[in-house]
Amino acid sequence: MYPSRFRYEAPRSIEEAIALLQQGGGEAKLLAGGQSLVPLLKLRFASPELLIDINNLPGLDYHKVDPDGTIRIGALCRHADLERSAILASRQPTMAAAAPLVADPIVRNRGTLVGSLCHADPQGDWASVVTALGGHVVAQGPNGRRKIPVSQFVTGPFQNALAYDEIAVEAVIPAPKGTVAGGYLKLERRVGDFATAGVAVAIERSGAVVTRAGIALTGVGSATIDATEAAKALVGSPLSAETIAQAAELAAGAAQPRTDHRGSAAYKRQIVRTFVERILTRVEQSSEKAG
Amino acid sequence: MTTQARDEIKIGGLGASRKRVEDNRFIRGKGNYVDDIVLPGMLHMEILRSPLAHARIVSIDTSKAWAIPGVRLVLTGEMMATRNLAWMPTLSYDTQAVLATDKVRFQGQEVACVIADDPYIAKDACEAIVVEYEALPVIVNPTQALADGAPLIRDDKENQHDNVVFDWEVGDRDGTERAFAQADLVSKLELHYPRSHPSPMECCGSIADFDRSTSKLTVYMTTQAPHIIRAAVALVAELPEHMIRIVSPDLGGGFGNKVPVYPGYVMSILASILLERPVKWIEDKTGNLISTGFARDIYLKGELALRKDGKILGVRMHTDSDHGAFFSDAQPSKFKIGLMHSAFSCYDIPSAHLTARGVYTNKAPGGVAYRCSFRVTEAMYFQERMVQAAADDLGMDQAEFRRRNFVRDDDFPHRTPFGFLTDSGQYGKCLQVGLEAIGYEDFLKQKEEAKSRGRLLGIGISTMTEPLGAGNSREYDILGIKMFDSAELRVHMTGKAILRTGAKTQGQGHETTWAQIVAHELGIPADDIVVEEGDTDTAPFGMGTYASRSTPVAGAAVAMVSRKVRAKARKLAAHLLEVSEEDIEWELGRFYVRSSPETGVSIQDCAYAAYSNMPDGMEPGLENVAYYDPPNLTWPFACYIATVEVDPQTGVWDVLRFVAVDDCGVRINPMVVEGQIMGGLTEAYAMASMQFITFDAQGNCIGSNYMDYLLPTAWETPGWELHEVVTPCPHHPIGAKGIGECATVGGPAAFVNAVLDAIKDTGVRNIDMPLLPDRVYEAITQRHDVSGAPPVKMDDHD
Ligand SMILES: Cc1cc2nc3c(=O)[nH]c(=O)nc-3n(C[C@H](O)[C@H](O)[C@H](O)COP(=O)(O)OP(=O)(O)OC[C@H]3O[C@@H](n4cnc5c(N)ncnc54)[C@H](O)[C@@H]3O)c2cc1C
Repeated sequence: MYPSRFRYEAPRSIEEAIALLQQGGGEAKLLAGGQSLVPLLKLRFASPELLIDINNLPGLDYHKVDPDGTIRIGALCRHADLERSAILASRQPTMAAAAPLVADPIVRNRGTLVGSLCHADPQGDWASVVTALGGHVVAQGPNGRRKIPVSQFVTGPFQNALAYDEIAVEAVIPAPKGTVAGGYLKLERRVGDFATAGVAVAIERSGAVVTRAGIALTGVGSATIDATEAAKALVGSPLSAETIAQAAELAAGAAQPRTDHRGSAAYKRQIVRTFVERILTRVEQSSEKAG
Repeated sequence: MTTQARDEIKIGGLGASRKRVEDNRFIRGKGNYVDDIVLPGMLHMEILRSPLAHARIVSIDTSKAWAIPGVRLVLTGEMMATRNLAWMPTLSYDTQAVLATDKVRFQGQEVACVIADDPYIAKDACEAIVVEYEALPVIVNPTQALADGAPLIRDDKENQHDNVVFDWEVGDRDGTERAFAQADLVSKLELHYPRSHPSPMECCGSIADFDRSTSKLTVYMTTQAPHIIRAAVALVAELPEHMIRIVSPDLGGGFGNKVPVYPGYVMSILASILLERPVKWIEDKTGNLISTGFARDIYLKGELALRKDGKILGVRMHTDSDHGAFFSDAQPSKFKIGLMHSAFSCYDIPSAHLTARGVYTNKAPGGVAYRCSFRVTEAMYFQERMVQAAADDLGMDQAEFRRRNFVRDDDFPHRTPFGFLTDSGQYGKCLQVGLEAIGYEDFLKQKEEAKSRGRLLGIGISTMTEPLGAGNSREYDILGIKMFDSAELRVHMTGKAILRTGAKTQGQGHETTWAQIVAHELGIPADDIVVEEGDTDTAPFGMGTYASRSTPVAGAAVAMVSRKVRAKARKLAAHLLEVSEEDIEWELGRFYVRSSPETGVSIQDCAYAAYSNMPDGMEPGLENVAYYDPPNLTWPFACYIATVEVDPQTGVWDVLRFVAVDDCGVRINPMVVEGQIMGGLTEAYAMASMQFITFDAQGNCIGSNYMDYLLPTAWETPGWELHEVVTPCPHHPIGAKGIGECATVGGPAAFVNAVLDAIKDTGVRNIDMPLLPDRVYEAITQRHDVSGAPPVKMDDHD
């Protein structure tokens, strides 16, 4: 498959990349891991005049934790880095659960979390995870940096809130105030498949009482769905069969799936319900064991 | 172990699990595929395909394409027509458009092509061609095709007034009526075998190189049957046969996808003739999936007449098959629905009747193949689904029901319900080995116990024998050319040899296993034999590799040519040993004097003598050729058993264990055989679980790329437990039978039967493949059968 002709630049600094974006005047595209963009190019669904490869930008391949517990994921941190991350394994169960479910090992070696957020595919896994965690994206443009909450960053299917001359430099997961629990479950037809339905759950607790909850849904709407009502149902009391069932029901209601060759709308709702229930029941059972 | 047998394994003969010699180059990235070939002055061709499934072509404007620098030629149907090449004959005696002239009949049909200096330019130029279409109503299934007032798809054909391709029947209609009249119970089942695609990793492609100065046309191409292509080019294009050379280099898989003649090949040949430069065409994945030979897509109405004690009295089948826009099944039988009537061959059933109707639809043409001998895959799936449903309807254990109906070991040769002749089998033993391996009785207990805790376990069995290895020449031909095959063996003076056959390996490992047959027959170490296939200028005429026919036919020719060479070597040995031929004995690799066994000469000594010391009057050299016409098909058989667990909340099912017992007769290379079985089982699992092509109401193909057309990976694929039973084929020179397709053919029903067994309490009798979780969930919760292809809505593409 042969893409249309394009110009290729590989800047060495963020400033240079931004200048190139300005030059491109909306006809330029940034290339990170290329795992979404390259398929679009070869199918000629995207035909940018200028391709700005950001893989040479220094110092963006990190993921790290601040002293207060804030987690930062640089624009060139690959899915595979997150899959193997000791930080996530010990501190962030929702992200740790999602990382190995994104795409397949080959794609994970190149693809980036930030690129996935920018791509804003309603079936992308990271947008749900970061939404459930209440995270934000840091964008840098000619006039400096700004923070965009991920719920506002993804503006629609394959649309984000970046200006044409902005680059997303990192994604940020705020420091938790309580103890962290959660998970990510995804129904896929095969490894490397996008989600028929995916569910991200992130909670914080003080003692047994849930103090913060986030539930977000993948693949069951025209964009990532932030199931705020479902999350609210968990806050203020310990997890119980009742609150779990209530949250599961509300999440299923928040889904806006469509019938397609991956399954009927009703079926996808059932998957959302089941997954919310399974993640939370597992959390509840493991805390019972611990306590 | 005898000394001979020990020697045989050492020299890589029969039974040696010799590593595949071809892998040496493949794993080093040194394979030589069509796309690796670069010729001086080579141009590149790209095809413009129709976005619509059924539409009249109002106009095609190529002027903008011609204007792009680097464009050498733009071909349209109109231009092809001036050379009488807009249409071509198919292997099933129909016609197929090379480039559309009047209308397009399926999405992805070839509308124009561009030849340019590089593929990027060719692609740009394709996009610059402006085609105006007038959309027509679209037909995507047999019901629509047969409806009153359905639009006529093939209005190009004289005397074609509806969308019916054929109406065909076989068997004993009256006798079957009588059997059903006597039945205690009639078990009915309606099934759909969804459309899938062979999808070899390497797509189709060709490089045509016409040299005006020599008048020779060389075509490097992805074909499983180079000689058939040469014959087709000679007969259709009327080029002299000796001036056509077809070379099929390394193939990245075929699975039947690379048997037919595709428009891309024809256009690259014409373009090379017109431009007098080599023209390369490499199809992309979407082009391959949406336009080339698909598989299956057939509906069954099946009925079994049963006696209370479990005896099957008769079988009735009706199939409606969807052939797409052109009837271009690549199959060599005179039976319109291929070998569908090989169904129930392992069962002793007195009467059977099959009616088959084929229809045109606005879908890609060229079906039949996908690791399947001409509809055998569908036949065995239908059979084993009907058998399980019948056992359930009778309330009888599924293993016992099969046992009661199997043809017995002492009942051969046996005339099958539809009239084939099977020659050997140990079906009961095969089933028994499978049941013991899986621990049948234990599993049934485990299943009951799990049920009490709300878990759904199931076990599914599939047993079958299938006809593999077309021909014989009496019943099988392609365009009149008989289905024999060939081998040519030349032993050099140092005892090394080159073997060429008319088959064409594409993953089966011929370079390894043919040498083992020669080693077995001549005692020449397999490592001393090079095997070459795929070049029509050097290989003897053969019909190619598909339908598991290589070992049954070409492999037999390899044994026969080795025996011819051995016969001459014996004369040379007599000369060297100075005794008469009658006084000579043969053991592996050596002739010796009967009265004095220590006095002997090796096959290598004989080879040297053939060039240096032949007796007076004997032709020098040690080589021969054999053409082999098999007396019958070979009939491998198998028992596949799957155990599964179904998640009642999501419909997701996991394979717990899978046991495969295959009887393919004598195994030339057990490791290669196991590879074939594992690959076949993986494809069986794929079809049962995820792999299908479907269409929306507008005829848009869903499954046009690997995000939608799902091939299982090592991650999902269950582990396979392999077992064997060996019943040598009575007519094959070394007792071997086909094995390439058995697992793909027999496997799917085992999975489906297992899932249905797990949810038996719901009363659901059928879920059509693929058993996607949502379909299983629907069956469990709605307590109804789930039939047909998965639904698709136009606005739900991703
Ligand atoms: C076979 C396959 C399977 C997949 N399966 C899944 C799956 O199951 N789940 C899933 O979530 N994803 C899946 N993906 C997508 C994958 O996760 C991508 O890696 C990810 O969506 C994009 O990240 P990237 O770095 O590759 O971005 P690219 O492809 O390089 O870019 C994607 C888009 O984001 C823009 N972009 C990238 N980085 C930045 C930045 N720093 N600032 C501004 N804009 C930027 C680009 O311009 C482009 O428009 C799959 C991909 C493939 C090929």
